Amino acid sequence: MAAGAPLITFEKVWKSYGQGEARVHALAGVDLAIKRGEFVAIMGPSGSGKSTAMNIIGCLDTPTAGTYSFMGVDAGRLDRNRRAMLRNLYVGFVFQGYNLLARTTAAENVELPLIYRGVANRERRDLAMQALAQVGLVGREHHTPAELSGGQQQRVAIARAIVTRPTLLVADEPTGNLDTARTHEIMELLTKLNKELGLTVTMVTHEADVAEYAERTIRFLDGHVASDSMNMETA
Amino acid sequence: MIWETVRLSLRSIRRNVLRSFLTLLGIVIGVAAVIAMLTIGSGTTQKVKADISKLGSNLLVVRSGRPASPGGPGGLDQVVRPLAEKDLAALVAHLTGARAISPASQKQVRVIFGTESLTSGVTGTDSAYLDARDWKLVSGRPFSDSETRSGTGVCLIGETVHQQFFGAGDPEGEIIRVNRTSCKIIGLLEPKGYTGFGQDQDNVVLMPLHAYQRRIAGNRDIDNIYIAADDSTPTSELQPRVEDILRDARRMTPDRESDFAIRDMTQIADAMASATTTMTGMLGAVAGVSLLVGGIGIMNIMLVSVTERTREIGIRLAIGAHEKHILIQFLVEATVLSLLGGIIGILIGLGLAGLAAATLTIPFAPSPAVILLAVGFSALIGMVFGFFPALRGARLDPIDALRHE
Repeated sequence: MAAGAPLITFEKVWKSYGQGEARVHALAGVDLAIKRGEFVAIMGPSGSGKSTAMNIIGCLDTPTAGTYSFMGVDAGRLDRNRRAMLRNLYVGFVFQGYNLLARTTAAENVELPLIYRGVANRERRDLAMQALAQVGLVGREHHTPAELSGGQQQRVAIARAIVTRPTLLVADEPTGNLDTARTHEIMELLTKLNKELGLTVTMVTHEADVAEYAERTIRFLDGHVASDSMNMETA
Repeated sequence: MIWETVRLSLRSIRRNVLRSFLTLLGIVIGVAAVIAMLTIGSGTTQKVKADISKLGSNLLVVRSGRPASPGGPGGLDQVVRPLAEKDLAALVAHLTGARAISPASQKQVRVIFGTESLTSGVTGTDSAYLDARDWKLVSGRPFSDSETRSGTGVCLIGETVHQQFFGAGDPEGEIIRVNRTSCKIIGLLEPKGYTGFGQDQDNVVLMPLHAYQRRIAGNRDIDNIYIAADDSTPTSELQPRVEDILRDARRMTPDRESDFAIRDMTQIADAMASATTTMTGMLGAVAGVSLLVGGIGIMNIMLVSVTERTREIGIRLAIGAHEKHILIQFLVEATVLSLLGGIIGILIGLGLAGLAAATLTIPFAPSPAVILLAVGFSALIGMVFGFFPALRGARLDPIDALRHE
């Protein structure tokens, strides 16, 4: 990858579902570039294509036409297992519903991506502890999700996302289930990770005040990028 | 990684204890049935073989009447001419290759001592009988030739009779009543236990043939003649000789069918053992069907498990699990489940077989090969029936799986 080249590039990306008359275009020729270390909020009404774009960015999905390149790799043409490998090595996911494994301790949840990486038991534990410390959850390692509050569960999910030291964090409405106070805590945590670790963050949200934490906001509408603007410094 | 997966599957099995147990039940019952059947079966085969060799593995038994034909027992038209002493005498005089030749007539008769009584198998015979049957005395002595000839009221008793009348005491010299006659006990037979058919071989009284004929049977007939071949003569060689001598003694013209039958105990032993083996195999196969049913149970529950955990699969796929990781996870879970069932089944099956062995007094003969096979087979069932559900889980689309409620 050439120096200064974007981390993520969409070139005329289409994503279509269905056949013939019923064919629907979730993305209709999107061009987009996101650089390393950016914090991007992606907004738009439901059906605008923002979730589809996020799935492609996170290498969960592939475009129907056009090119999606991630770290200079044509990720849109990779098979399932290679994309799984990319996700495991470079992408961390945070979801609205936390998506932690129930009846599994915080530490074990955080260790999960490392298992698929084949990291040894002890090292896994150490890395999980570090990640939990980074999200401010020391002392809660052995709690199961049911024993943690929503904000704490989302912190565990973030720890799980960053335990592999990813390049990109994909957050899908990370504060959608949280109250205002918790929302700000989580957003400050994401901002800190973006600043301190240089982690690239792409975040889907439909709350304007949440989007303000990002440096840049991309709005989707009907499968197109409707606007793409740098946010004013909110200091 | 594999250890991790095994631990994971154990946890998921423990999470649904009741459901896992019910799923296991099919495999448990199947394996227990197969193990119990095969273990009891091989014990029975051993027992039958041992019993028959106790009868004397190189033994011919002659009795009157036509040999049993495929049409059933001897026809009505035929008047059975019993064996007589002259037949025995002819064999003793002319048969070569025999170690012992002995007559035996038998009847179930009430035996009384003091106030105790017992229905016992009373046999009238001579001093060669112990040799022919390969029976031994624990104490006392066999009949003397003169006692045999004159039909003196003396007898040898088996262990069951001994226990019933004397407990642990010494029976020698005591007088017991057999039917309406009395006889003096002169020896105690070595215990032989039960036959494979549940017959007590120690509930016996032996007395001289003449005493038996005169005082119990009331005739001069001989029911059976036992002929033990010597070590260098196979029974198959001895049999035609016996037939020739007897036909001659009984003055039978060549156009007539023999009116006596010669049974070769070796053949019977083989037939018996193979019958038992066939029976065991068939029962084992029936039990095997329940294993198949158990396997379908596992498949069913694994499909439920995959559906229930669709979201979990989505998470795992999203954070970088490959298809094969998910496949292995569920395969291992199914295998651990059915292996667990197999092991429990083996323990229960062996327990049942042990119980049966104790009750039926057959040897407890667990076969390591059968146990190993059962372990392997139950693991295989888990893999085979777990494969389809596991594949279904592994093929899930991570986006759909994450959206699953």
